[in-house]
Amino acid sequence: MKIERLLPGLAGIVLLSVVPLLPVPPFWITILNNIGLASLVTIGLVLLTGVGGLTSFGQAAFCGFGAYTTAVLSTNYGVSPWLTLPLSLLVGAATALPLGLITVRLSGHFLPLGTIAWGLALYYLFGKIDLLGRYDGISGIPPVEFAGYRFLSDDSIYYLIWFFVVAVAIGARNLLDSRIGRGIRALRGGGQAAEAFGVNVVRAKLTVFVFAAVVAALSGWLYAHMQRNVNPTPFGLSMGIEYLLMAVVGGSGHVWGAIFGASIVLILKDVLQRFLPDLIGTTANFEMVVFGILLVVILQLSRDGLWPLVLKALPARPPKPVPVSDRKLSRRTLAPAGTPLIRVDKARKAFGGLVAVNDVSFEVPAGRVVGLIGPNGAGKSTTFNLITGIASLTGGTVFYQGQPMSGDSPRQIARHGIARTFQHAKILPDMSVLENVALGAHLRGSAGVFRSFLRLERAEEAALLAEAAIQLDRVGLSEYRDRSAGDLALGQIRILEIARALAADPTVLLLDEPAAGLRHGEKQELASLLKKLREEGVAVLLVEHDMGFVMGLVDHLVVLDFGTLIAEGRPADVRKHPAVVAAYLGGAA
Amino acid sequence: MTSNMKASLSANQEPGQNLSGIFRNRRNSLLDAMIAAFLIQDGITNGAVYALLGLALVLLFSVTRVIFIPQGEFVAYGALTLALLDGAKVPATISLLVSFGVIAFLLDLWGMRRGTDARTFLRSVGLNLVLPGAIYGITAALAPLGLPSVAKALLTVLIITPMGLYIYRIAYRPLADASVLVLLIASVGVHLAMMGLGLVFFGAEGLRAEPLADENYTVGMLMVSAQSLCIYGATIAIIVALYLFFERTLLGKALRATAVNRLGARLVGVRTHLTGVTAFTLAAAIGAVSGVLIGPITTIYYDTGFLIGLKGFVAAIIGGLGSFPITAIAAIGVGLVESFSSFFASSYKEVIVFGLIIPVLIWLSLSHAFHEEE
Repeated sequence: MKIERLLPGLAGIVLLSVVPLLPVPPFWITILNNIGLASLVTIGLVLLTGVGGLTSFGQAAFCGFGAYTTAVLSTNYGVSPWLTLPLSLLVGAATALPLGLITVRLSGHFLPLGTIAWGLALYYLFGKIDLLGRYDGISGIPPVEFAGYRFLSDDSIYYLIWFFVVAVAIGARNLLDSRIGRGIRALRGGGQAAEAFGVNVVRAKLTVFVFAAVVAALSGWLYAHMQRNVNPTPFGLSMGIEYLLMAVVGGSGHVWGAIFGASIVLILKDVLQRFLPDLIGTTANFEMVVFGILLVVILQLSRDGLWPLVLKALPARPPKPVPVSDRKLSRRTLAPAGTPLIRVDKARKAFGGLVAVNDVSFEVPAGRVVGLIGPNGAGKSTTFNLITGIASLTGGTVFYQGQPMSGDSPRQIARHGIARTFQHAKILPDMSVLENVALGAHLRGSAGVFRSFLRLERAEEAALLAEAAIQLDRVGLSEYRDRSAGDLALGQIRILEIARALAADPTVLLLDEPAAGLRHGEKQELASLLKKLREEGVAVLLVEHDMGFVMGLVDHLVVLDFGTLIAEGRPADVRKHPAVVAAYLGGAA
Repeated sequence: MTSNMKASLSANQEPGQNLSGIFRNRRNSLLDAMIAAFLIQDGITNGAVYALLGLALVLLFSVTRVIFIPQGEFVAYGALTLALLDGAKVPATISLLVSFGVIAFLLDLWGMRRGTDARTFLRSVGLNLVLPGAIYGITAALAPLGLPSVAKALLTVLIITPMGLYIYRIAYRPLADASVLVLLIASVGVHLAMMGLGLVFFGAEGLRAEPLADENYTVGMLMVSAQSLCIYGATIAIIVALYLFFERTLLGKALRATAVNRLGARLVGVRTHLTGVTAFTLAAAIGAVSGVLIGPITTIYYDTGFLIGLKGFVAAIIGGLGSFPITAIAAIGVGLVESFSSFFASSYKEVIVFGLIIPVLIWLSLSHAFHEEE
């Protein structure tokens, strides 16, 4: 990595470490400590809200779990704070997991609603339990000690807090910049594309939710040993809402924005509490009104928060070079041409009384291009969804190399090497073109959360990105590699989807109207690419309306009309088939 | 004996604490049955109010996709306004109403900065300045006179209802295209601001309004207060009115159409802003009525509304944020759970009521197939 890319971070760390040595008023350090504690929680929320498209109002309750765990163990049982640290984090994770498990399968708004009720219930619970000291809480918590040094003063715990903040922020960025992170970032787009390339969407949601809870518990652990006493108040719902405000103000998609947002909110709160009572002559905590208005205004005017505005003012950082990798990703051995890979046997799909796909049977052999055609509403896309597991079969079976795979999830089907594109392109507009393609290679890597967090998976990641770059080259989109995928034209987006499917090292490629929106030249390039894939032994199933494109390319045609297979065979024969002529041209054939 | 118990019941929002002593000392089956009857009556009374709130929440969510956390604030505003009117005081809510109107007008002006026609401008003036001004004038003139209780209740609803319109204009209309998640976060912002304003305008003191009617009736061994009869009557009337509105009026059908398919409704000429305004105004009116109903049976603080509203939420979530009948029935259930848990485990009342949502979510999660995000 180039030194220029590290420079801003190093400057920040140096600045952070000299602040307490400067002659600053002591309350600055207090505020900075609070900012650090809040930043930890907010980093978790940024990943959850801005990146994963989920949210939680209950993060303060997770802080509470961390804080109370260490408070009880270190006061009642004299356990060393360093031993309670992993336990606090574990308790945070263990409480998040069940709530996550029951809400992530529901629509996105049930998780935040659940966390509101959960946050309230836990707040009352903290205040009722004798072991936790009821509303008085627990005092006399020992300070953290390291090699005989006691982190007693604000100045000393400052270093401990900010060490964790910087470590978590870097870890969170590592996580986002990885195979797992791409899966998490794909959640915001609905997750259907991610699922089709083998990302376990439910697990990705759980991962961010638990990660957010664990860093909140870490913040709680630090808080307990900084404050040396705990009571339920800082773990109530209103604090949970304040953390969310920080994430929204900072910029809900940016890790550094979390620290920025926490700073703005806490400094603003301090200023308001100091000056507002004099200004409006009431001691009521008026900052609530200001915070509420701030939250709405930011959502209205700058939905991605304020950090992107800061980024715009800073000089742009050069794009990262694509890593060169000499490590080869394993490739599937393709079956000899002609081997039937996919066999659809009497597949049936009924929506209520409407039969969209009516007992359709056909095969897709290796090294062949099969075209699936038919007028609008013939059931082509539904057939596609039946093969890829997005829609469930009402009857019949789909086999892959003789094994039935009906009832499998899109994710399990992707594991066979079945990759697809979508009729309505499903790309992730905020991610770069390269990263979009790398998402396709998800199943060819294996690094998990911990290795990604600690950046121990760089060799594998380099290989994945290098593979994505190769596929981009192959489809001719290299020059757009570092652009946001949302900037591409429609035709390019379709090509991008094909590159993403190729990155999965497919044995079967399912293309849903790949030529729609392409210019003539682009269509010819696409046709030659598909011919090349056929020579390599890939099976291609193609839904397409452009008959010129289809006829010149496919080996075998399957024609559907009103959900029923009306003809199949070689293109030249099918063309003359009376039922096909009738379906396309109408009339009394 | 009975009237004593009833008096202590109406003097305290937690009947269980007053009764539990008696219950433990004199355990006999008649008393058991009586206490159960009291708890059920208490639960249904509160449940009826939660049902109103739950219905308003479902209405708002299905039409506007807004998960309206601040619904409870309308309740608190309504109850506190009524209590102030009881004391022949001019409620601070009218200043709040005028401020909201002015802000909405300024936003309209900003929207019109590139030119507009006279009709739009006059409509904005009428809706945002003349209407709250008139309500301000009426209230300021009538409040010190000491009105009859029905007039006070109507005046309260008149003051609170337009707030729904302004809240929509100020907070939500600029976000009409946002995701459910963004709207939910915005709702929390609106909740904070409204609760804070409640604190500024009403102070931290709790207030209790006078009941609409003082009479008590004896039904078997139960004392039924006229106030709880008002609550049942109002809840049923509002449910029937909502039903007629949605089934029989064009505007109601437009709201339903918007709920089913926003874009489709727009394409056939439904003005989705109009449906948004209507939904919010209805929700504010329902909130104000709930406040008028609950104000006399419990002491309301500036932040009580939030907790009451959330209980409506528990019901709405049980209804999957979509079903009116399930929400109404669930709300009665929430009221019953609350009243029984305040008797048997009073210190864990809130834990139990809000913890209720967990089994509900488990059930929803198991009964729904994988839900594709929008």
